[in-house]
Amino acid sequence: MAVNGAVTWLRRAEEIDGYDLSASDSEEVHVLAVDDSLVDRKVIERLLKITSCRVTAVDSGRRALQFLGLDEEKEANGFDGLKVDLIITDYCMPGMTGYELLKKVKESSAFREIPVVIMSSENVVARIDRCLEEGAEDFIVKPVKLSDVKRIIDYMTTDFREGEERRGGINKRKIRDDGDDRSSSSPPSTSPSSSSSPSTPCSPSALDSPTRRLKMTSFEEHIFTNKN
Amino acid sequence: MDLVQLQRQLVDYKTSLYNEGFLDEQFTQLQELQDENNPDFVVEVVSLFFEDSERLLNELTKALEQQSVDFKRVDAHVHQLKGSSSSIGAQRVQKVCIAFRNYCEEQNIEGCVKCLQQVRHEYSLVKTKLESMFQLQQQILSAGGSIPM
Repeated sequence: MAVNGAVTWLRRAEEIDGYDLSASDSEEVHVLAVDDSLVDRKVIERLLKITSCRVTAVDSGRRALQFLGLDEEKEANGFDGLKVDLIITDYCMPGMTGYELLKKVKESSAFREIPVVIMSSENVVARIDRCLEEGAEDFIVKPVKLSDVKRIIDYMTTDFREGEERRGGINKRKIRDDGDDRSSSSPPSTSPSSSSSPSTPCSPSALDSPTRRLKMTSFEEHIFTNKN
Repeated sequence: MDLVQLQRQLVDYKTSLYNEGFLDEQFTQLQELQDENNPDFVVEVVSLFFEDSERLLNELTKALEQQSVDFKRVDAHVHQLKGSSSSIGAQRVQKVCIAFRNYCEEQNIEGCVKCLQQVRHEYSLVKTKLESMFQLQQQILSAGGSIPM
């Protein structure tokens, strides 16, 4: 069932973007996992394999973009490798944060349809909110458990059949509210995490201010209530 | 010692590690990810944790020895250590890291140095215990038995 869902989703993306996906015959969901921690990469890789996914694990946002063919703001016209069905990324990484990676993916016409899931050890509501508004599908609080991964893969493969309107709704909401958000907070272009090494840890910044209004759909409520 | 006794010893040992807070449920999660096709998964992840932690502890020592301590750098290393210890369920190490980060935020050098000592201590404890546990497991396997989970 999950397999059919994944294939349906791939075909759907093909219609939207007009990309030739015939190279990707695999019915497995291909996940690009991004995490600077070796331990976490090993764990997430195992979790995804157990959930019958094909996994490519990289250690930075930069490498993730390279893998996708988006490095240096150059957009790929074709795919050298397998199409990526899902990106799961750590939030706090030196260089490019998961949030910055999310933005780059969502700004790309080639890859914006790929769902992005953010993982973070910090359960900061405003951070979660910001990621969801930027188009993240879900937010997992670390340490990641099998049930987290199963949930993501399950709804990813069924969601596209049942909830495409809702998904479209989330995207529409983001676009409509985009202007409001930008004007009501400090410019997100200066990331709270510095991009030079040694890395600045991702401590809550002004952008994570608790006064930012939470916009929750019932879908997002589900994430929060499942966190504890 | 016969197989049954070894297996009982392992169960008791593991239970004590949980009771004493050395390990938490995330370690159990990892064990559940192991199977006949990936029989060394836990040992592999834990070995990565050991390597990573030793590297971070060395970095922390160097960073705190500097004339002018870069607390952001120290915090970045502690954040990593906190993350990896959390991912394998090394609860006591993780807890010290939380206190350690608070001292970093306060730019409290003494507090940081104390936490470094504490985290080294907790790390070496959990390392010894996990290694003992793996040894017990190996003995059981060599005796033809299976690991009680």
